[in-house]
Amino acid sequence: MATPNTPLWEVFIRSRNGLAHKHVGSLHASDATMALQAARDIYTRRGEGLSIWVVPSTAITASDPAEKAMMFEPAESKIYRHPTFYEVPEEVGHM
Amino acid sequence: MPAANIEVSETPLVLYALRRADDALILGHRLSEWCGHAPMMEEDMALSNIALDLIGQARELYTYAAKAEGKDNDEDKLAYLRDVRQYRNLLLVEQPNGDFAQTLVRQFFYSAFADLYWRAMMTSRDATLAAIAAKSEKESAYHLRHASEWIIRLGDGTDESHRRAQAAVDHLWAFTGEMFAVDDGERALIHAGIAIDPGTLRGRWLTTLSDVVGEATLTLPQNDWMQQGGRAGRHSEHLGHLLSELQSMQRTFPGQTW
Amino acid sequence: MYTQALNTAEADDRSLEDAGRAAQFQARIDAEERIEPNDWMPAAYRKTLTRQISQHAHSEIVGMLPEGNWITRAPSLRRKAALLAKVQDECGHGLYLYAAAETLGTSREELVDAMLAGKAKYSSIFNYPTLTWADIGTIGWLVDGAAIMNQIPLCRCSYGPYARAMIRVCKEESFHQRQGYEIMLTLCRGSDEQKAMAQDALDRWWWPVLMMFGPPDATSQHSDTSTKWKIKRFSNDELRQKFVDATVPQAQYLGLTIPDPGMIQDAEGHWRYSEIDWTEFKQVLAGNGPCNRDRMAARRKSHDEGAWVREAAAVYAAKRQARQTAQAAE
Ligand SMILES: [Fe+2]
Ligand SMILES: [Fe+2]
Ligand SMILES: [Fe+2]
Repeated sequence: MATPNTPLWEVFIRSRNGLAHKHVGSLHASDATMALQAARDIYTRRGEGLSIWVVPSTAITASDPAEKAMMFEPAESKIYRHPTFYEVPEEVGHM
Repeated sequence: MPAANIEVSETPLVLYALRRADDALILGHRLSEWCGHAPMMEEDMALSNIALDLIGQARELYTYAAKAEGKDNDEDKLAYLRDVRQYRNLLLVEQPNGDFAQTLVRQFFYSAFADLYWRAMMTSRDATLAAIAAKSEKESAYHLRHASEWIIRLGDGTDESHRRAQAAVDHLWAFTGEMFAVDDGERALIHAGIAIDPGTLRGRWLTTLSDVVGEATLTLPQNDWMQQGGRAGRHSEHLGHLLSELQSMQRTFPGQTW
Repeated sequence: MYTQALNTAEADDRSLEDAGRAAQFQARIDAEERIEPNDWMPAAYRKTLTRQISQHAHSEIVGMLPEGNWITRAPSLRRKAALLAKVQDECGHGLYLYAAAETLGTSREELVDAMLAGKAKYSSIFNYPTLTWADIGTIGWLVDGAAIMNQIPLCRCSYGPYARAMIRVCKEESFHQRQGYEIMLTLCRGSDEQKAMAQDALDRWWWPVLMMFGPPDATSQHSDTSTKWKIKRFSNDELRQKFVDATVPQAQYLGLTIPDPGMIQDAEGHWRYSEIDWTEFKQVLAGNGPCNRDRMAARRKSHDEGAWVREAAAVYAAKRQARQTAQAAE
């Protein structure tokens, strides 16, 4: 008999206060409580974390890589959004 | 040849540390037997973590016992060169793993006690024991959380898991009384503020148990007849087999460094 | 290795697929771009990787058994803690790798079921028995050493999730090899009996460890697809030679003799080893190693005996969900 699937969870860990939670991997757990415990036991054995988020993998909506051009390329031409676009004389100092 | 049993001068303090060290080592050893065989890989990870915490506690407590004794014993001699009659652990922790329910109920009964015990011991007048308690308390709190979650899932899961969990509760219940017993030597340490009276923890321990067991739709046995003897070296038949495995290298190759 | 010995790349059937997409895909690989789960990829790339990563994962999990065999008998508390932590790490590696494999679309349960049914392979090395404590030292030193040799290049594998898993794994592996070498060093500095134990373990493990790198390049059925796809960056023989060159001085330092009287150092400093007995390798791979049946039996037993636990957790989760929904409706 095929083994029934246990839900998949994505794990995010804040390694230090001041840093954002970062995706570190995934795991299987029957519910959120168990997922959080498993995340602690699997992904923080070497003091890697101060805070954990677990999210059901099915709850993630991802952009389609095939739409990469439409989604992201239009931003590339807006160079005026970057500070280096503007010229400030050196005498003015750091700005 | 030093493969013979060592002698330990069991002053009340040495004995006190030794008893807690033996609890931690034997339970840690039992949990380590699961490594590679758990019902799911996530639990291989979890049970190994708990085992590592307990082995760590044992090492600190043995080292302290050896220091308090002041002879040339050390953590390994204390762990590997005492026989069944010299071991001082609770009968509860030496009980075989059985199925997953039995392992988790054993862990739950012990951790519910250890969590309260170590928290209380943080105020010990003995600085070393207080420091060990501070570290162990955090570990035990997590062990209790982990075990409780499982008791709830097994109890309130399927008919089979409920039946297995209830059988484990019924089977292991008689080994819990020993956790709260005190002998004369310990009483003196309690008076001196070095140890705490475990009897004072029983009420809160029962509350924790009732809460979790209730949520798990399980019931605690009514029978109050409790098995005793581990603290005095009168063990179940299981411990001898555990020790013959645990100690096999030191007994076969006496006096070597590994 | 954990995977490559066993792995043959899928036939490249790109002709069946959109040729333009395939060319774009190859261009991305050539530009050292990483491929991510939702990206388009040739079916053969997906299949090859699923097989390779899952075999790697199975190896980590089955690999827990020979070393786990000594957790309860470790000769000191320090060694016991280190070994337990090490074997636990291997489980973690299995988990990271299954997760990476799952991103390609096959569930962990399916992958594990295939292994338990004997339809998937794992590294042949774990079909040898651990007889003495020195075997634990030897495994850490040589088996983990060989694994590291293989895994470091995989950190640059073209498939993002696999490469990221390997980075995590490699960080953890160096502790494994060092604890193994330290065990060997302690034995070699110990009594005659201990030194003999160390030599005996090396004698038994040396050739199987060399076989971990897989068949010689000349006879390897590897198409160059894996290389072209940048899944594989070095050949079996290249990695094997690198490993031997790194290991010989380590053995010399221990005062141990590598069980290969024909071994010589060539003019460039490489240690040339004798012919490997590939018949043994093939037999072990085919299921006839000393422990194949025991390993499979142990994994099946844990899986079967754990079924009621997994079921209980699932049923409880469903009940809890139902209660929460009912509560919300009130
Ligand atoms: Fe490995
Ligand atoms: Fe590993
Ligand atoms: Fe390893």
